[in-house]
Amino acid sequence: MKKQYQKGWFFVLPVLLLVAFNALIPMMTVVNYSVQETFGNNLFLWEGLGWFEKILNSERFHAALGRQFLFTGLILAIEIPLGVIIALAMPRKGIWVPVCLVTMALPMLIPWNVVGAMWNIFTLPDIGLLGYLLNHVLGIDYNMTQDPFAAWATIIAMDVWHWTSLVVLLSYAGLVSIPDAYYQAARIDGASSWAVFRYIQLPKMKQVLTIAILLRFMDSFNIYTEPFVLTGGGPGNSTTLLSIDLVKIALGQFDLGPAAAMSLIYFVITLFVSWLFYTLMTKDDQN
Amino acid sequence: MAKITLSNLRHSYEANPKTDQDYALKQIDLDWDDGGAYALLGPSGCGKTTLLNIISGLLTPTQGQVLFDGRDVTHLPPDKREIAQVFQFPVIYDTMTVYDNLAFPLRNRGMDEATVKRRVTAIAEMLELGDALNQRAAGLSPDNKQKISMGRGLVREDVNVIMFDEPLTVIDPHLKWKLRSKLKELHQRVRATMIYVTHDQTEALTFADQVVVMDAGEIVQIGTPVELFERPAHIFVGHFIGSPGMNVLPCDVQGDTVRFEGVEVAIEGPIERGTGDLKLGVRPEYVSLGDGPLKGEVIHVADVGRHNVIDLRIGQSQVRAIAEGAVPPIGEAMAVAFRPDKTRIYRDGHIVSQPAGGAV
Repeated sequence: MKKQYQKGWFFVLPVLLLVAFNALIPMMTVVNYSVQETFGNNLFLWEGLGWFEKILNSERFHAALGRQFLFTGLILAIEIPLGVIIALAMPRKGIWVPVCLVTMALPMLIPWNVVGAMWNIFTLPDIGLLGYLLNHVLGIDYNMTQDPFAAWATIIAMDVWHWTSLVVLLSYAGLVSIPDAYYQAARIDGASSWAVFRYIQLPKMKQVLTIAILLRFMDSFNIYTEPFVLTGGGPGNSTTLLSIDLVKIALGQFDLGPAAAMSLIYFVITLFVSWLFYTLMTKDDQN
Repeated sequence: MAKITLSNLRHSYEANPKTDQDYALKQIDLDWDDGGAYALLGPSGCGKTTLLNIISGLLTPTQGQVLFDGRDVTHLPPDKREIAQVFQFPVIYDTMTVYDNLAFPLRNRGMDEATVKRRVTAIAEMLELGDALNQRAAGLSPDNKQKISMGRGLVREDVNVIMFDEPLTVIDPHLKWKLRSKLKELHQRVRATMIYVTHDQTEALTFADQVVVMDAGEIVQIGTPVELFERPAHIFVGHFIGSPGMNVLPCDVQGDTVRFEGVEVAIEGPIERGTGDLKLGVRPEYVSLGDGPLKGEVIHVADVGRHNVIDLRIGQSQVRAIAEGAVPPIGEAMAVAFRPDKTRIYRDGHIVSQPAGGAV
């Protein structure tokens, strides 16, 4: 066997340490907590897979998971088509290009908690711009602190406002990379604008859309700050998404064992769905 | 199929063109005969692609008309003109199979599947793509992709003209030759008018029956490859075609007597009267060494394989000659002669010497 150059390890050591401290060690700590019961004073009792069983069978978890999938499903169903439509409508050349790009990028530059706070004020029934407009000008009864439907509409609208730009910018990058010859050939071939979209633009956007969907899935599935600042999970538990519920269990009730088990389940679900998306969307390319 | 007439055509990419400089196409009057194989040859930026896009309808000319068999199509969109265009980079619909790619223009025109199948199979056979019909087009090699773009034009029975915009740019050298002969063969089989745009003289001269040479938005000469080589009507054509290009030399003209560097040289025939800047043109192939009235000194020799290109200094001028066999050493003084029937005079770029006895 070929003798290996052992000093090579030193080159990867810094990265290894970094990954160890920000991922591996915290993760293992969570694994450690997830199989034990603790009563404070650093007293730990072995629990085995008990917490996992309990979480997987708990109605509270099912409800939060259901809300999480509903939220992610809705925002993907809105943001992806909307992003593509906006990208298609944007100019490909001329002075309006930078204007559009910067305007599009602006929402993404705002920190999560600020977005939550902005929308909180924006939707206040008496002084918020939107809240006032809906209640006092249009006469629609809108109060997201009392009405679950209004709360849902608001967090969805907020996420769409905050993150559709990402889809737009990625799709736009895909679109501008299409050479003019494709459009010219399509015109000569007599293709309708739907056919141009279906057979030229969509295929060329596919790779960036795969990335957009993955990013938006992971981000929205793990979303915490914005709904926490905006609704705090309420009214009732109507907007308590998985991460909000998790923090309630871990820090509110200080049930470290169940919270750790839940985190791991949460992590595995995110990983699995991401893998599923990626596999489904790239399976054509492998043939 | 149709005869294509370009009448009084001018095009500018600017909104309000004023001077000639603003025009990408200055003044084009041209007939493309039905079933001809044409090459449109010229350097990059001379307006070839603009002209092509005007014929295909991707561009509307600023001025003038495009006629197909006498019918004005200047303002018709590309899909109404029944033309086909093959682009520099192969355009294929990635997600479709080869079959669907070829069927696409027919299906867009609402043809029934039986006709589509008949046409696609026939064309695929002709292009030697028969085995690949059910493959995804994205996986094919560039030359096969380029065949598909060609095929999408050929499947339409009523196609008036097939235009090629530098179609071999991305093809590997050893496949270029193959695809070019395929093109020539296809032209003989389908007898459609073909216009082939290129800046590569070899491609133009091997493909076309008639070559249209363009420079700076104007057509400078139309002719067979032999005519272009033997008797360039414009200094530019002499320069551009041939390797190396024609010698363009200063000269002194009195009546029909021409002096070059103080020595009288014979030319092909009488010179048209007029005023302007006169130049003498002679191809390196027709400069002979070893005997003649001119005295030159060898300053550079390049071995290009089959022959040597020799640079000579004669008086203040530099003259290129092509010689076979023994290479003269640098610095050697040599007697030089221009072959009289291949030596021409140009005034302001245009030929003004008349061929002896009217022959080319």
